[in-house]
Amino acid sequence: MGIYLPIAEMSVNMVVLLTMGAAVGFLSGMFGVGGGFLITPLLIFYNVPPAIAVATGANQVIASSFSGALAHFKRGTLDVKLGFVLLLGGIAGSTIGIYVFAYLRSLGQLDLIVSLLYVVFLGSVGGLMLVESVRALQRARGGQTGSLRRPGQHNWIHRLPLKMRFRTSKLFVSIIPVLGIGAMIGFLASIMGVGGGFIMVPALIYLLKVPTNVVVGTSLFQIIFVAAFTTVVHSAANQTVDVVLAFLLMVGGVAGAQYGTRVGQKLRGEQLRALLALLVLAVALRLAFDLFVRPASVYSLAGNL
Amino acid sequence: MRAFPRLIPLVLLLALTGRAVAQEEVQPEAIEIGLSTDSVAITSDFAGTNLTIFGALDNADPLVSRQGRYDIVVVLEGPPRTEVVRKKTRVLGMWINTESVVFRDVPASYSVALTRQPQDITDPASYDRLALRIENIHLRPLDADGNPRTIEEFTAALRQLKQSADLYVENVGGVQFLSRSLFRATLYLAPHVPVGTHKARAFLFRNGTFLRETSAPLVIRKAGLEQTIFQFAHQQSLLYGLFAVLLAMLTGWLGRIIFRRD
Repeated sequence: MGIYLPIAEMSVNMVVLLTMGAAVGFLSGMFGVGGGFLITPLLIFYNVPPAIAVATGANQVIASSFSGALAHFKRGTLDVKLGFVLLLGGIAGSTIGIYVFAYLRSLGQLDLIVSLLYVVFLGSVGGLMLVESVRALQRARGGQTGSLRRPGQHNWIHRLPLKMRFRTSKLFVSIIPVLGIGAMIGFLASIMGVGGGFIMVPALIYLLKVPTNVVVGTSLFQIIFVAAFTTVVHSAANQTVDVVLAFLLMVGGVAGAQYGTRVGQKLRGEQLRALLALLVLAVALRLAFDLFVRPASVYSLAGNL
Repeated sequence: MRAFPRLIPLVLLLALTGRAVAQEEVQPEAIEIGLSTDSVAITSDFAGTNLTIFGALDNADPLVSRQGRYDIVVVLEGPPRTEVVRKKTRVLGMWINTESVVFRDVPASYSVALTRQPQDITDPASYDRLALRIENIHLRPLDADGNPRTIEEFTAALRQLKQSADLYVENVGGVQFLSRSLFRATLYLAPHVPVGTHKARAFLFRNGTFLRETSAPLVIRKAGLEQTIFQFAHQQSLLYGLFAVLLAMLTGWLGRIIFRRD
């Protein structure tokens, strides 16, 4: 069934978009990632212009994150206080990111830098997570506890001043690294056009030692706001948000997210991390493939300057 | 490539009309085209279409008509745009955009319909002179003093890209004579046909010689909800962004209620 997208100015298949949304929504509910790092490349592979894919992807991420965050909030696996502190950093970071984005675009080669960022970040985050979770799985099989939280073991992050207590996460840490992580993710989010969950989740787990079950909900909570901010800015500055496209993706996405959250609850933390790591690595490889393999046509068209 | 139906033998059609040949005083042939509408609206189910243009050939010489020696080429040309063609080359193993050429006034789309095979209508030189058919569209780089070989290469690439996007198409047999004086042209509009003012042009040939041309404007625009959304997005962009965010949250909340699984 065809439908015409008013902003992208193209005709697309509705079923394909609904399915795409559902698949990404499922993964997003399961892993607590917004799914932006999947939806944006998928839309580009589907010939949606990259500028519209980035902005519309951000819009769709709001719906799936909102839906997922509600589920986590109800179950009490969402640390609102931690989320707000992360968000403060996030807004600052993404504001800077938007200026850097405009600067990179004026230099040209924005596509390349975005692709490289994707490959580098997804590749290293995915690789590290995979190694760690496989080790944890082996330990669990050996009869030991697979938990990451080992009381008494603190790194330099826990010696910083301005400490704050986050009850839901059972944490007592300085707000400096929390703000820093938020800002870095906001910055990358606006340049790469993603919510940043795939960086947020491992950062919270490995740097702040937040329990895995709280991480997912808190990450989704923060992503809602970063994605909303990105959507409004892209819309106001570039008019590249296509609500019809976003709506189709959302409808599939929210349905998929509910099922994904449920499946995610059944899996153990290490398994969840190993699967997310594999997914992240797969996307990184796919993007690297595009960079290194001769394209079908070495020429491309870029319309209206 | 798109497959088009083959040309119906014109001779047969004309024989069926069975008009008596009456030699009148010689007046020059004239060609006119009429669009059933001066605008085409793109709605939510638009997935490309065939646009029909009717035209009349006045003062046709009956003898030439009977022999099927009148030919008509109809073109629908999209609004001029600036296009950038980029070329990737291998740098450190990666395929990176390294070169680019900017072209001005590139027709966003170019759909041609002909009465029969182009080489049977007239010679390549005439097509070239009239800037008619895809390979003869004038494509001018912004920087005309660049390396001629580079320009030639990028011009060919631009044509190729437009053709593979179905924006530059040719429909052989797309113009048919309905009677001795009436003809119908069928032009293909791609699903992503650019909106704006298009120009329909009809060229008349007799025995391979170009006689005259005529043109008419055609506006392709979005209609209904699509138009409303497009205008909202461009005129009230901040509000539109906030609306998009609210819509997303509402969808997320409703989805949670409808598909709740815990």
